[in-house]
Amino acid sequence: MMIPNAMVDEWYPVGLFSQLDVSGRKTALMGEPVEVGRDAEGTVRVTSADGRMLPVCVRYGHIWTSLGEPRKPLFAIPEADQLGRRLVDVGVVRVRCSPLRAVENFLDIAHFPFVHTDILGAEPHTEVQNYKVDIREDEDEVWATQVKFYQPQAAKSASGGVTTEYMYRVPAPTCSILYKTCPPRPGEWDVITLFVQPLAEDLCDVWPWMALFDDETSMTDLIHFQQTIFVQDRSILENQIPRLLPLDPGMEIPTRADLTSVAYRRWLKRHGYTYGAQLVAQ
Amino acid sequence: MKLYDYILSPSCYKVRLMAALTDVRIDIRAVDFHPGAEHRGAELLALNPAGAIPILQDGDLILTESSAMLVYLASKVDPRWLGGGTAEEAARVQQWLSFSHRLTASLGGARLHEMLLRPGDIAGLQAQGTAALRELEAGLVEQSIRGMRFLASQRATIADIACFPYVALAPDGGVSLDPYPTIRLWSRAVRSIEGFIEMPGIHRLHDLKPEPLPETSGF
Repeated sequence: MMIPNAMVDEWYPVGLFSQLDVSGRKTALMGEPVEVGRDAEGTVRVTSADGRMLPVCVRYGHIWTSLGEPRKPLFAIPEADQLGRRLVDVGVVRVRCSPLRAVENFLDIAHFPFVHTDILGAEPHTEVQNYKVDIREDEDEVWATQVKFYQPQAAKSASGGVTTEYMYRVPAPTCSILYKTCPPRPGEWDVITLFVQPLAEDLCDVWPWMALFDDETSMTDLIHFQQTIFVQDRSILENQIPRLLPLDPGMEIPTRADLTSVAYRRWLKRHGYTYGAQLVAQ
Repeated sequence: MKLYDYILSPSCYKVRLMAALTDVRIDIRAVDFHPGAEHRGAELLALNPAGAIPILQDGDLILTESSAMLVYLASKVDPRWLGGGTAEEAARVQQWLSFSHRLTASLGGARLHEMLLRPGDIAGLQAQGTAALRELEAGLVEQSIRGMRFLASQRATIADIACFPYVALAPDGGVSLDPYPTIRLWSRAVRSIEGFIEMPGIHRLHDLKPEPLPETSGF
């Protein structure tokens, strides 16, 4: 039986626009096979297994589609259109985990010193200082602000340790945007995103993407910096138990450092965004 | 010495690790392997017609096989890494160097399929990877009965460096290391070597670091 799920009407990434060639791309979305291709005029088409033409949007380096009927356009990232930013297609990494767990991990900072040692964190600087989290009712997004963390090498463009300031934003159930202190341009934020394509409830393709102010670093080095970080997370994500993200209180006990995760889970539950979630406490 | 390198490639990591362990400075030339497929572009094909990395360049010498790079670094700087105190030991080093190609083809292939969506017969790759791990486990058990912690000798050699990365990253390709206690002990021994460096997916041994001191507060 098909379970009605609010997530069906959301937008999801299904490929890099720059990598779409005539042969197209066979992939899947929430258990349904979909095919990404171009018609004779070069227009991007996404079709489902039963031949339905699905909605298409090309934005932030990726092709986006939906199995249902999106009620609003894809979320805005105004910084993406700002002049002078380098737009970085990081490329796909597949992870055997819930798409929601991939987003939740992206929102967590407490693991930095242990998983991204000497890059995004280092012992003994393990304290997560207080920060602010709210579910913004007008935008219908989760936001975490005033997040500060000591980092040995916060970005490819950073030399030496700095206390980095972060803002996190969740505009869609499987997408998150991170705004981060920009070492070469104080006053601006670097934009680092995690776009997650749910293949199954416990399998996803993750498409990181960035919009950075950095005129020094080569494109390849920017890609490799982000791939390094994400692949450090991958083995952790594949070993999390339970595999689905629990939305009800159960065995886990959140701490103050997990406020963003708590808000994210609450927001998912409120909207019925439950693909990849575990609903009854076990 | 210049290494054409991809940060997520276990074969490239062998060379970075060997260089770190022998304290050799190498210049890294990052290759956009994924998603850019730069290794199949004209510049790199001219260096390695096989369209693969790593490539190590030192003056006129261009090497395209990671095992040869390990031999080169060890011979140049610290021949103890070559092993070979006895005929038996020299042969064991060669045995495991050759064997390491099976790990690359099987566990490496499974990892590329599961992580970077490369085509392949995943069940076949995982089955071949499992067979190779069982053989490695048996080899390490025999070594431990001989009183040796490493593949060919009492100390680590290039054979260990050649085999370690794809084994340590087997779970990336959906092949668990849980059934192999001797491989896990060996992995710990390799990660304990002075000068060891990690790569994404291979974590350092945090328990070998000094106990972190509490941050001194301002009052």
